[in-house]
Amino acid sequence: MLPNFAYTRPDTLKEAVKQLGSEEARLHAGGTDLLGCLRDGVFSAQKVVSISKLDALRGITKTSKGGLEIGTLTTITAVAEHPLIQSDFTALANAAGEVASPQLRNQGTLGGNICQKPRCWYYRGEFDCLRKGGDTCYAAEGENQYHCLFGSDDTCFIVHPSDTAPALTVLDAQVRIAGRWRKKTVPIDSFFVLPADDVQKETILGADDIVTEIVLPPPPAGIKSSYCKVRARRSWDFALAGIALALAFNDAKVAHARVVLSGAAPIPWRSMAAEEAIMGQELTPDIISKAATAAVKDAEPLAQNGYKVPLFKGLVEQELAKMKV
Amino acid sequence: MAKNKKPHRGKGVTRREFMTNVSAGAVAVAAAGTLGAKDAEATAVIKPEDMVTIDLQINQRRHRLLVEPRWSLLFVIREKLGLTATKFGCERGECGSCTVLVNDVPLYACMMLAMEAQDLKITTLEGLMQGEALGPVQKAFLEQDAYQCGYCTSGQIMAAEGLLRKQPHPSIEEIQTGVSGNLCRCGAYPHIFKAIAQAAKAR
Ligand SMILES: Cc1cc2nc3c(=O)[nH]c(=O)nc-3n(C[C@H](O)[C@H](O)[C@H](O)COP(=O)(O)OP(=O)(O)OC[C@H]3O[C@@H](n4cnc5c(N)ncnc54)[C@H](O)[C@@H]3O)c2cc1C
Ligand code: SF4
Ligand code: FES
Ligand code: FES
Repeated sequence: MLPNFAYTRPDTLKEAVKQLGSEEARLHAGGTDLLGCLRDGVFSAQKVVSISKLDALRGITKTSKGGLEIGTLTTITAVAEHPLIQSDFTALANAAGEVASPQLRNQGTLGGNICQKPRCWYYRGEFDCLRKGGDTCYAAEGENQYHCLFGSDDTCFIVHPSDTAPALTVLDAQVRIAGRWRKKTVPIDSFFVLPADDVQKETILGADDIVTEIVLPPPPAGIKSSYCKVRARRSWDFALAGIALALAFNDAKVAHARVVLSGAAPIPWRSMAAEEAIMGQELTPDIISKAATAAVKDAEPLAQNGYKVPLFKGLVEQELAKMKV
Repeated sequence: MAKNKKPHRGKGVTRREFMTNVSAGAVAVAAAGTLGAKDAEATAVIKPEDMVTIDLQINQRRHRLLVEPRWSLLFVIREKLGLTATKFGCERGECGSCTVLVNDVPLYACMMLAMEAQDLKITTLEGLMQGEALGPVQKAFLEQDAYQCGYCTSGQIMAAEGLLRKQPHPSIEEIQTGVSGNLCRCGAYPHIFKAIAQAAKAR
């Protein structure tokens, strides 16, 4: 049984923002992560504010210039199956199709997927760790085989659990946010928060901020994108390692490059080093190998996650080779 | 609380041959109008200690009942309506034994609040019966021996039913993906896949 909470399901975005302004109010979209967190006591809720009635926030629309606007409540299944996402924003369709299980994809929303809480088992368990306001990271010296290689600041070693976030990052997505004082749009790579900036937050959202849409700009001409995820089991599982790519070529040379790793860092991890290694180059075996080496050069493995270094290296090689024109 | 409704019994069927414990049980559905009940449709905030009257449409029957905001759809279906085909497994979205159809789409009832299920069309395994007879997917599972202990079976069948409603002629890969959110600890998968393929032909 879930702990007790008050519940409200407003009809308007304005009312939802207002309701979220009260103490310990929690936003409910599809509920698949929220209910898990409440059951496990990761955090508590005085009030659950459900935005599921806000139909204006559901659905996928084309923008005039060939981009897309995806309402935050659009289900992950709808994203995975959308023909235009499959053809023009392939990385996102791939990633959405790899999320969890069919049932969770049918219920979980795209906004909820990028706002979901980390899966570190200490955080999900009964440990008052740094991210929950305590003074210790239990993973640092503990069971850390699923933790990060980059970006921990030696503080918190989570990996960002979302599959769609790295895909949205290579596609230069923007996140629209409505809050009490403002509406704003931020590039997705400034949406996520590193432990060095605030160890208790995963995103820049304030308590009464609501993601309303995720906007995909028109894709650069000739762009190809993909997402590949390695996991321990064939059916649902979070990424041990994953890679999202978006590349465009001029003749055979790389003219636009985005390389973002998942399962690697507390945020979707853009590998500038790998991007630099391939920009302006043909994807020869030698260049691919250089890019893979560059991608893991600054990795800081923990006691139990060293296997991720060759895993990422192999994954970068494999996926770049598939992109070769 | 007044008892003003008969226990729900699917379409008045026994379903004995298929699973032994799919019994509706003698559960009374609470009536509306009790003290503390509020109209769920208003934007009002329901306090944690309050119960609220909601309408759920399950297996083409309307149920009016009193719920706490924190009750999951799974809890209401099993414990309040006695529709015990829907199984309680992990209660964390990992096993699939609680799978039901919501607007023809398979979801985990343990990960959904009953409050969120208002105005949606819910189908449980009981709703797949065709009078006294098993529906095509149930029948295929029986004929293909697609279970051992049977605990995962109702969830598998609902996932399969959802798949076939969307994709009447699935490939083997689509079948495998269709039930990839349903764990079978007995490992009956090869039979489950065959059963779904048979059901697809029969439908
Ligand atoms: C067993 C299991 C396996 C999983 N496997 C994977 C996987 O392999 N890959 C993967 O990517 N994910 C995985 N997930 C996570 C799952 O995809 C998320 O639970 C889902 O996407 C969350 O969407 P939701 O709409 O249900 O969010 P909710 O549970 O409603 O919300 C999640 C969080 O985000 C906040 N939030 C939601 N929407 C908004 C918004 N619009 N604005 C501001 N804040 C918001 C909520 O307050 C809450 O804290 C798994 C989950 C489970 C339970
Ligand atoms: S890795 Fe982060 S979430 Fe996990 S125990 Fe350490 S501080 Fe907590
Ligand atoms: S009980 Fe719902 S998925 Fe296990
Ligand atoms: S038949 Fe036993 S769990 Fe599937």
